Amino acid sequence: MRVSFFATCLVDMFFPDIGESAIRVLRRLDCQVDFPMGQTCCGQPAWNSGFRAESERMAEAVIRAFAGSEYVVAPSGSCAGMIRTVYPALFEGRPELQAQARALAAKTYELTEFLVKVLRVDLRERGAHFDGKVAYHQSCHMTRELGVVAEPYQLLDQVQGVIRHDLERPDLCCGFGGTFSVKQPELSVAMLEDKLSDLDASGADILVGADPACMMHMKGRMRRLGKSQKVIHLAQLLEMATRPGRGEAKP
Amino acid sequence: MSGMRDRVKAEMPKVGRRRAVGDATRHHFHTRRKQWAKMTEEGRLQPLRDWAKAVKDQALNNNQQVVAKFQQSVEALGGHVHFAATAADCVRQVVEIATQHGAKLVVKSKSMATEEIHLNPALEAAGVETVETDLGEYIVQLAGEPPIHIVGPALHLTRYDVAELFEKELGEPMSTDPEALTAVARRVLRDKFLNADVGITGANAGIAETGTVVLFTNEGNGRMVTSLPRVMITVMGMEKVIGTWADFEPVLTLLPRSATGQNMTVYVSAVTGPRREGELDGPEELHVIVMDAGRSKLLGTEYQEALRCFRCGACLNCCPVFRQLGGHAYGTTYGGPIGITITPLMKGFVEHADLLDACSLCGACTEACAMQIPLHHLIRDLKAERAASAYTSGWERLLFRVWSWAWSSAGRFRWTGKLARLLAKPYTQDGYLTWHPGPLAAWGAERDFPAPAARSLRERWADLEREVNP
Repeated sequence: MRVSFFATCLVDMFFPDIGESAIRVLRRLDCQVDFPMGQTCCGQPAWNSGFRAESERMAEAVIRAFAGSEYVVAPSGSCAGMIRTVYPALFEGRPELQAQARALAAKTYELTEFLVKVLRVDLRERGAHFDGKVAYHQSCHMTRELGVVAEPYQLLDQVQGVIRHDLERPDLCCGFGGTFSVKQPELSVAMLEDKLSDLDASGADILVGADPACMMHMKGRMRRLGKSQKVIHLAQLLEMATRPGRGEAKP
Repeated sequence: MSGMRDRVKAEMPKVGRRRAVGDATRHHFHTRRKQWAKMTEEGRLQPLRDWAKAVKDQALNNNQQVVAKFQQSVEALGGHVHFAATAADCVRQVVEIATQHGAKLVVKSKSMATEEIHLNPALEAAGVETVETDLGEYIVQLAGEPPIHIVGPALHLTRYDVAELFEKELGEPMSTDPEALTAVARRVLRDKFLNADVGITGANAGIAETGTVVLFTNEGNGRMVTSLPRVMITVMGMEKVIGTWADFEPVLTLLPRSATGQNMTVYVSAVTGPRREGELDGPEELHVIVMDAGRSKLLGTEYQEALRCFRCGACLNCCPVFRQLGGHAYGTTYGGPIGITITPLMKGFVEHADLLDACSLCGACTEACAMQIPLHHLIRDLKAERAASAYTSGWERLLFRVWSWAWSSAGRFRWTGKLARLLAKPYTQDGYLTWHPGPLAAWGAERDFPAPAARSLRERWADLEREVNP
């Protein structure tokens, strides 16, 4: 299966390790991965702030970059959600681009969704193993725009050694919200504090996410506070769990 | 008026109140979720929501006809229907009716519509003592505060706060026992009910076919307000009118379940016209004021969906922002997701444009809304209107314009990435920034921000490709 990897701007510029992990996991699951160099940013920050024309311009670049792809996979629920739920409506009145936007939406998946729904992986068959007490943060747009909720839990359950310490409210916003985090920083941090209390109460050592923006937010506060829990992307956990000759793997 | 951010900053140190709001909203959130889970299991939640939506959409699509029918029915029973185009009109009409009857004392049942138009101060100014009779409303009235939540007006106050308040305002001996406190309020209010000249209510629904005003209360105070005083005045938003009693069923079923998780509100009062011959109670004179106050601006637009709201407060209870703040910090009658949606629409962006920033677009409200109002999508669309208006700073507009120009080409994306890395280098330690300039200052005050990676993923791709696609 041929997969074009949509890194998303955050992963490309700030968290390439997440991208590497995701690509390695896809490769181990027998996908042929490519990286179209024309890709940039999905335009979500502009869209969420109400700057439609600006987001349209970025969307055009993304649509062009992935025109020849069979599948497009992104390690971010909100960016995959942007392409799937917003792009087609964004080009209302521009039929040619709208058709391309629809085509892109139809072949774009968030990573965990792709693994479960398209590849139908069973990581148990591959002997996936990772030892850790894990809490998973759902991310709002992945949950409520894209509707991908069960898949990450399913994957975690397929990894031997993972002990789930679910958050009481895994679906509650971490307070990031794009420009919200800088327009209302006091509120944003107060919401984040609630999330971190939930994490503390869960007893987990590792907070797993599937949206790098939320992870950046949570980690940014945890680092400032010197908290001991690690924050990793589910792709990184899966990469360690499926690593050939694993055993010594540490997050 | 101060900005939203200033009001948030002023609210943050009020830790006790914020905790009370958090606890109460969390409680209501969980009771509703439990109720909804049960109804989902029974297979009747979604059909009910769809039914309620259809009923309300039909009434809104034919608002003029439905309201006309309501008027006809009320008048046929000998009641009076008035229309108020603005909040000021509505206040004037209520004050006029009250003073015409020489009213000295008005009792009110809980009504957000009258909060919205600031009716109480106007009545007081006209020399009419005005007393709220819903316990929570009574408490905040004594405290001189607006309600903090559309369903639980005093949920930020503990019984200790209330005990102090009653001692100070009513001269009651201090007791922090909730039952004793309620008994005090009951005693004081009983006297008010018996002596009131006018009763003022809001409305949870108006039923056009019979000209009925329906009230949901949990304390029975609505019954007293609508049965004891000689004159009754109902202030009702124009969107509250629905066609028939059959249409009312999904509202009756969904509203209490979404608001407090109750199967049924304790009292559902239906007032159909003034007292008829042979009846023992009820008002001799009934006035219903159907109020626009900006609502008709939403009719026929995509925002009409927001008029389906029946004020259950579920979007407040689930909202991670509202939970931190309570309603006062919004500086509006309606706080939370529904408030930041309808307030700019009904009252305009002046003073209300930055309400839209009190939202992380998490979508919990849309998920919780019984009436399926796509709240966070409407908020985002309002942001688009704001972005195109004078209520967006030139700087923000410029920032997005430049940024979208830069990142709509892979070449410029790569180039700006390298530039960012270069600029960040002197301020990078262990992969994080040591200095947070410009918009990052707000982030950096309490959070660390990562520095760009030494090699971006696209720069690593050549090596990675050799590894994964040998």
